[in-house]
Amino acid sequence: MSATPIPVPIEPTRGGGVGDVRRGGWFIRITIVAIVILWSIPTLGVLITSFRAEELVNTSGWWTALAHPFRAAEWTLENYRAAIEAQEFGNAFMNSLAVAIPATVIPITIASFAAYAFSWMEFRGRYVMFVAVVGLLVVPLQMALIPILRLFTQGATLGNLIIFPDLDLNQSFLGIWLAHTGFGLPLATYLLRNYIGSLPSSIIESARIDGADHFTIFWRLIVPLSVPALAAFAIFQFMWVWNDLLIAYVFLGGAGQNRVLTVALRNLVGATRENWQLLTAAAFISMSLPLVVFFSLQKYFVRGLTAGSVKG
Amino acid sequence: MERTEERTTGPEPGEPGGGPPRPKERSGPSPLRIASVLVGAAVAVTLFLVAFDFLRQPNANRAAVVGLAIVVGAGGVFLLFWVMNRVVDLVSERFRETLRPYVFVGPALVVLAVFLVYPVFNTILISFQSQNSTEFVGLDNYRFVFTDPDMLRSIRNTAGWLILVPLVAVSIGLAFATMADRLRRGEAVAKSLIFLPMAISFAGASITWQLVYNYRPQGFGSNIGLLNGIMLGLGGDPVRWLEIQPWNNLMLMVIMVWMQTGFAMVVLSAAIKAIPDEIIEAARIDGASELQVFWRIIVPTIVPTIVVVTTYMVINAMKVFDIVFVQPANAETNGTVVIAERMIRWFFLLDHNGRGAAIAVVLFVAVVPVMIWNLRRFREQEAIR
Repeated sequence: MSATPIPVPIEPTRGGGVGDVRRGGWFIRITIVAIVILWSIPTLGVLITSFRAEELVNTSGWWTALAHPFRAAEWTLENYRAAIEAQEFGNAFMNSLAVAIPATVIPITIASFAAYAFSWMEFRGRYVMFVAVVGLLVVPLQMALIPILRLFTQGATLGNLIIFPDLDLNQSFLGIWLAHTGFGLPLATYLLRNYIGSLPSSIIESARIDGADHFTIFWRLIVPLSVPALAAFAIFQFMWVWNDLLIAYVFLGGAGQNRVLTVALRNLVGATRENWQLLTAAAFISMSLPLVVFFSLQKYFVRGLTAGSVKG
Repeated sequence: MERTEERTTGPEPGEPGGGPPRPKERSGPSPLRIASVLVGAAVAVTLFLVAFDFLRQPNANRAAVVGLAIVVGAGGVFLLFWVMNRVVDLVSERFRETLRPYVFVGPALVVLAVFLVYPVFNTILISFQSQNSTEFVGLDNYRFVFTDPDMLRSIRNTAGWLILVPLVAVSIGLAFATMADRLRRGEAVAKSLIFLPMAISFAGASITWQLVYNYRPQGFGSNIGLLNGIMLGLGGDPVRWLEIQPWNNLMLMVIMVWMQTGFAMVVLSAAIKAIPDEIIEAARIDGASELQVFWRIIVPTIVPTIVVVTTYMVINAMKVFDIVFVQPANAETNGTVVIAERMIRWFFLLDHNGRGAAIAVVLFVAVVPVMIWNLRRFREQEAIR
């Protein structure tokens, strides 16, 4: 449980080839396998439980199923059917999509335009504005909830002057998109500025000389070049929005048409405590999409997220 | 709207420091073009209003609503920039390029001002007001924050989260990244499996871990929690893992470590891979042990990355609330309260705006040093660029 590195006996460097430098012994292999198994056990428990029949789930631990994995009678898909029906999970799944996709696209678009301006446009207050954005990285989300909720339900006025009109945004998709956009923007702008700012200036300059305006440069040049960073942040934001319970609960509410997956899941926990076969199936449904997204875009994730930060 | 497309995309007239000023030739666009842009903008706005109206229909077809929401939300933001850029093209040549940067950063600044800056000030204001924000009560709410036993306990607990979670998660992540780097095969698979919990929601994670910590007293069915399964297998008695103070806090921290280690590992691994092989090889040839390579070469090289990851973890640990909140066991009687969870409870469940806001302010003040330090680091980085 500590950072103590694993001492490995020095082996004579065979031939001194580069491939030999990063080579581990059996100790490393065993440690890695042990950590991986330890990390996978909780998820494995969910997966197995979600396919077991109800009476078995409640009378024996999920690990007992491992002893005889081929008794077909013990496995069932019934839990998934029941979970989907129990809290209108199909509906909630769609709502989650309707929240998560725009709440990923909007902040990325806004942040990449801003990152481009911060990197390649000259204007007054550029530095101060960017520092302010970075500073906002650490504002706790919880702090913003109360005022925004009021803004959505009452608007804001200063005397008789309406500063922010009462748009009745509470319980609406637009409201939650904007909220997620606000909370995701600082990190998005920061990461994308790191990446876009590190692109070679010669490309942008030659495009300027060829007569391209900023909008064209941004759209035709910067966006295609920044795909790794954009994809990395997209994955990050998508997983965060998809898995978010707090903002969805506060702005879309616990009941009603627009309820998302995490809220439905929480309601299920409340309604059917100890109903493990149902809960695990529901949990697995909710984690399926982020897992697919992550594993299909994984290579971008590492490359894009670390492009600006690792090498300073 | 399409008509504006016909505008010839000639060379940008407002090239800074560009050729000699062209006299006479009015730089402004023709009235027709102005009209077409304005009409286009009006059509766009109307379409959006209609669309949003539809999104509010309670009994509209769900698939249609969702499909429309995705199109409107994702397409709308790009359209916004496109229209604004067009509008700037209408401005007289002298101000066009001075104005354009603000079109690019404007939306970001507006959103941040509304959703982060304004709330900070508003929360501070609310924190000095009474339960329903009807009158000012001075420092009463803060007095509550620093005297209420549950609050004091939550501050202590959060301090524990702040120290232990980043420490353990980053340590394991670093050790794992270093070791995985030495694997000949299976590195990607191993790393993916460690990262996997990161894709799980807190709500999902709480269900996941209840299968580990679950407890049933004797005579109330067999124990289906993994830990108690092990205890029974070893001939012991089942334990109420989430109710033994203060260790139950550690049990909950384990959940967060489980979820966050993958992130630390992925980022640190990328940093380790960026260290040139030659350096490590040279050290080896000089007779350095694995341990020395790790402490003298790998760690010092990736210190900046370790700092970034740790900061991220500290901020996350400070905001943690879901893990505690969704536990079936009562946070107060079990002593597992944390600051952020207190804030949500006071504001949303106990309906005391003032206290909720005061707790939020305390949370914010605690993060300020991290923010200042973050900005300083950014300055240094900028100096290097």
